[in-house]
Amino acid sequence: MKTLRITFLLVLFAAFSSSAYAQRIAVKGDTVYTSAGNPIVKGVVLVKDGKIERVGTQSSVRIPSGYEVMEAKVVTPGFIDVHSVVGLAGHMSQPHDQDQLETSSAIQPELRAIDAYNAREELVGHLRRLGVTTVHTGHGPGALMSGQTMIVKTTGETVEEAVVTPSKMIAFTMGSMISGAINKPGTRSKGVAMIRQELVKAQAYAEKRKNDDSYTKNIRMEALADLLDGKLTAMVTVHKANDIMTALRLQKEFDFPMVLDGAADVHLILDEIKDAGVTVFVHPTMIRPSRDAQNASMETAGMLHRAGIPFGFQSGFEPYVPKTRVVLFEAGVAVANGLDRSAAMEILTIEAAKILDIEERVGSLEKGKDADIVLFNGDPFEYTTNVTGVIINGKVQTN
Amino acid sequence: MTKLSYYFSVLMLLVLSSTQLAAQSNPLVFKGAKIIPISGDPIENGVLVVQNGKILAVGDANTRTPRNATVVDVSGKVLMPGLVDTHSHLGEGDGGDRSSALHPDVRIMDTINPRSDTFKKALAGGITSVNIMPGSGHLMSGQTVYLKLKKANTIEEMLLVVDEENNIYGGMKMANGTNPIKGSGAFPGTRARSAAMVRDLFVKAQNYQAKIKAANGDKSKMPPRDLQMEALVQILEGKRVVHNHTHRHDDILTAIRLSQEFGYRVVLQHVSEAYKVADEIAAAGVPASIITLDSFGGKLEAMDFSNVNGAALEEAGALVGFHTDDGITDSRLFLRSAAMGVRDGMSREKALEALTIANAKMMDIDDRVGTLEKGKDADFIILSGDPFSVYTLVEETWIEGLKVWDRDNPEDRKFATGGEDTFRGNIHTHHTEGE
Repeated sequence: MKTLRITFLLVLFAAFSSSAYAQRIAVKGDTVYTSAGNPIVKGVVLVKDGKIERVGTQSSVRIPSGYEVMEAKVVTPGFIDVHSVVGLAGHMSQPHDQDQLETSSAIQPELRAIDAYNAREELVGHLRRLGVTTVHTGHGPGALMSGQTMIVKTTGETVEEAVVTPSKMIAFTMGSMISGAINKPGTRSKGVAMIRQELVKAQAYAEKRKNDDSYTKNIRMEALADLLDGKLTAMVTVHKANDIMTALRLQKEFDFPMVLDGAADVHLILDEIKDAGVTVFVHPTMIRPSRDAQNASMETAGMLHRAGIPFGFQSGFEPYVPKTRVVLFEAGVAVANGLDRSAAMEILTIEAAKILDIEERVGSLEKGKDADIVLFNGDPFEYTTNVTGVIINGKVQTN
Repeated sequence: MTKLSYYFSVLMLLVLSSTQLAAQSNPLVFKGAKIIPISGDPIENGVLVVQNGKILAVGDANTRTPRNATVVDVSGKVLMPGLVDTHSHLGEGDGGDRSSALHPDVRIMDTINPRSDTFKKALAGGITSVNIMPGSGHLMSGQTVYLKLKKANTIEEMLLVVDEENNIYGGMKMANGTNPIKGSGAFPGTRARSAAMVRDLFVKAQNYQAKIKAANGDKSKMPPRDLQMEALVQILEGKRVVHNHTHRHDDILTAIRLSQEFGYRVVLQHVSEAYKVADEIAAAGVPASIITLDSFGGKLEAMDFSNVNGAALEEAGALVGFHTDDGITDSRLFLRSAAMGVRDGMSREKALEALTIANAKMMDIDDRVGTLEKGKDADFIILSGDPFSVYTLVEETWIEGLKVWDRDNPEDRKFATGGEDTFRGNIHTHHTEGE
């Protein structure tokens, strides 16, 4: 009996502690961007048990009693950052908190992001406070294949609490951005040859895995066979036009799902990108235009949209200050440089969710989806507007 | 040269020089914009009159304008002073090398490329006056140079401050905290050693200064000429301002302590943790130039960085400005730096000053630039809207009555947007220096 009572108290405690208590909330907004149709003027979003219960105008939706009411000028779905390294790369930039790049070898697709993600890293909180509720993060640029990525919510104290998709992509890098690995290629063409050789091996492995029960399991080959089988996607960080075309050539040869990451020169080869049907994780609008990325343009996002090429906004990887960028800011500057404003809102939300195959759960304010909601005191893209509230999985985030 | 081509050349020269003169001597009147003079309240439907590179008048629609003036209609635009940046690494310049941690004799002006495309980037962001500094990897990396971003073939044409007698063309760059701590060769391994090396050098400079004083004009008693000591004595005499890279709250106080011990003028640069010691900064009467970053961290001394610095320093009553530290932040987005300060609690008024007159004061050039007032240099920018809106574009940048950047001109516009072959790999960051 005593044990039962303690268990009951523990359950009660767990239910009301911030990590488990699912609130009932009514979020009212002068403008509610749903990313599922036109913005609602004087709208309301009802949240129950971590999910969105109902969305509509304040005049049509009655707020049931017992709901905490939150109000804002503007309400949006939580933003989705399509490529980051936060949680693996920490804010201190010291060796002990930089796990986004292993330099012992240039090819290590077997490295898993979930084995290195620090859910309590302060940069994760930084993104959350600026409206990012979902982030595709993991291994960074700098090796031919640096490791895998995953998708997490920017909440939770462990990776298990945060994770949405434990393994999503393999991070590739092409061009002249390879860091000092032991078997680092000396030229661009050598790097491509090393990737091809590894993929040829993986083809044989995948064939064996399919048809022969006696194959010897190898975790590197497992990752690449998953890529060739279409279970993982190659995220290729590449900037120069000739290197981008090489990435497309590799994809054609080995037939695997691929997204282009960074792609500073993409505005020079829009037709080719469009024909290839490939998605672009466009470089941060405010990227420093130097080295491989020296042709970067603040107008690229707008050009991609007008060309009908699917793309997402990313915080990317920064080796120095600022240690991370923020997709809300990058999208705002893209709008100032010619990207359609309402398109930008969808690219930060539902379009990003589609690119990452998580649109069933997140990306719009629709009944049944995760209650990931951001509140603003003005136009979200304006420099001087503040985020006034963030809700993830139906819980108001307190810091 | 044939006779015909000779006459043609002379004719072309005359045509060119006369249009050049016309642009300078014929008064220009800018009408219809909202003018933000900084020195006073914004003026709706204002009038700005410029001539010979100077401002003749600023006022409302009733302002008297010269009869022979060319009128430029800027209705619907916002017009404000050209921006002043106290900390930039444009121009492909170099500072001191690894032979020493202290290089008071090294001048960045001797290495700057006046034709560098990087200056166009600053013009695209509305910056007209700038302090170009060597990097922060040294305790003292060298002499800085104050420039007007005029079109020029020589650095001399760009100089904003010229003291030929003393060879002063700018300030002195110093740094404390983690960047100069390399623990090898001539470099310090700890913060205390850093401070001791700076103290030791300034004591030597005091001794040098005392010898000059004792010589009392007698050349035979003068110490041998020492370029390092000369620059340091200028600092001790208040003729040369120190710009001190400093981030952590205790490093900020160390920078102030050293400046007070030797009585030199210092501008605190970056001050990531200013909000922790804002009252101390204000009480010391030391100006602070802050950087805006999209996140904290990236290195240990910026771990506790916050964009509330602007609001904290304003509330404490310190003289506060923003800088780009280009390439750490982008000169094209300098207005954004101050807007982000407003986002985190700074008043619009102080944030506008922190892009202009506050920075001019930190560089002793406030008699020439930083506000739109009669008699000052005609350095101004024309914006499409509110200076703190993300949607606002810099449309034109003018220096001393001449248009130096125009968004309508594709060759200028590309420096605002970027694109193919615009920036040719000359982006300076401390990181790429290995610092």
